[in-house]
Amino acid sequence: MATDPNNPATALTVRNLSVFFGKNAAVKSVSLDIAACAVTAIIGPSGCGKSTFLRALNRMHELNPDARMEGEIRLFGDDIYSRSVESVAVRRRVGMVFQKSNPFPTMSIFENVTVGLRLNGVRSKKVLAERTEQSLRMSALWDEVKDRLHAPAISLSGGQQQRLCIARALAVQPEVLLMDEPASALDPLATSKIEDLILSLKKDYTIVIVTHNMQQAARASDFTAFFYLGELVEFGPTTKIFTSPAQKRTEDYVTGRFG
Amino acid sequence: MTAPNHSWRNFKNAFMQTLACVCAILVVAPLLLVFYHLIKEGFTSINWAFFTQLPKPVGEPGGGMGNAIVGTFVLLAQAAVIGVPVGVLGGVFLSEYGGTKLNWWIRFAADILNGVPSITWGIVVYALLVVPMHGFSALAGGVVLGMMMIPLVMRTTEEVLQLVPGGYREAALALGISKWKTIVQIVIRTALKGIVTGVLLALARVAGETAPLLFTALGNQNWTHKLTEPIAAMPLQIFAYAISPYDDWHRQAWAGALVLLLLVFSINIGVRFLTRDRFRQKV
Repeated sequence: MATDPNNPATALTVRNLSVFFGKNAAVKSVSLDIAACAVTAIIGPSGCGKSTFLRALNRMHELNPDARMEGEIRLFGDDIYSRSVESVAVRRRVGMVFQKSNPFPTMSIFENVTVGLRLNGVRSKKVLAERTEQSLRMSALWDEVKDRLHAPAISLSGGQQQRLCIARALAVQPEVLLMDEPASALDPLATSKIEDLILSLKKDYTIVIVTHNMQQAARASDFTAFFYLGELVEFGPTTKIFTSPAQKRTEDYVTGRFG
Repeated sequence: MTAPNHSWRNFKNAFMQTLACVCAILVVAPLLLVFYHLIKEGFTSINWAFFTQLPKPVGEPGGGMGNAIVGTFVLLAQAAVIGVPVGVLGGVFLSEYGGTKLNWWIRFAADILNGVPSITWGIVVYALLVVPMHGFSALAGGVVLGMMMIPLVMRTTEEVLQLVPGGYREAALALGISKWKTIVQIVIRTALKGIVTGVLLALARVAGETAPLLFTALGNQNWTHKLTEPIAAMPLQIFAYAISPYDDWHRQAWAGALVLLLLVFSINIGVRFLTRDRFRQKV
């Protein structure tokens, strides 16, 4: 198990995780430790189970009625699949940002950022306003939208919408933020903003990012896990994975020989 | 190089285009024809009294169908009370909950119900309400129209909820919002215009129903004060007047038909107005 000795805190402990859709195993007996306040990248070719793995980390895979998991995932020691834990409670602690930006079209920018708080019972205008500014500042969107918080969220550009979605996820103050190819639908400039954002967020948040973009994984992450055909092939510090991988398959993939 | 002869191909193209155009006109023609006749025959009988007064006996000039107009609205209000909550929640179940197999059967049943002849609905409610209550009533009329609305509203609600991209549901659930709140605050809110449209179109559809009301609301030449009494409705009044042998009543029937059509027409216009910027947002 590879963990950075300089940053020993572990946010998520995954042990023997398998996820099945019907009879097919999408993730096969994966064990790894995800370091707290660091960025962990999950790479691998399409269909290798990396998105399924990510979604198992906040139980989003349960939306598919055919999905079933085995193994154990602990979030700072708490078993997130314990019978007494509701998926809703897990997702408040483990937020998620998706490939396609999806701000709610019926809501303003402000309403989008605060929706997670409002629908979980936060009424105080002061708290909502504070959290809006804080989240939008963290997602580097505040200066662009502070004068039009009540404009429709869908009036923003694609890159801004994605940063709004990040702000929306941050507003409920999760401990871990999962990102499923958050920049793959964006242009290079918007992508680099998202990457800067990821680097600045990691001092407060544990981030797990699925990406198809090798350069992005190399630039933005501290640890990298390479998945292939549902198995974890190799996991370690990003520099090691990209410069001296232990496995031949990892080297072939990161150097672009397949995938 | 010789130019290939396209004349046969061009002829076929022109022929099919003309055929399609004629069919398109045939679709619109009845509406124009109906409107033309209704306005020609009915417009002169429409005045303030028509909307406010009771029908006059044969031979007496004037009078109106105020009671039938009010009756239609009373029946539609009852129908909405029954049809909207059951239909919308049923549609929510079909779209957001339920197993594939169960939903297939519910959908199948709803589609059959949508095809049941309206007179059958009338007989069913006659047996269920009119016979046990020993009389025709406004209540029975409202119930039958409401029952007819349920499958209509359910299917349209399901369809518009299915149009809401799954990404919104995922985004909300990933924020730790419960499924029920996600459905009400995110999914239904996003699809609200479509749901309202479906409800209005279902109301417009049942507003003109006559056959089921013959067995339930019956009709009434006076104002109705209780839901347990028979009540007048525009389609019933039009029917009664149209089959009568009197010219005065024929004119009233034309006018009634015109007002009923205008009612349905304005509901449709309202729907257009509500949905005009539906696809403004890219989703």
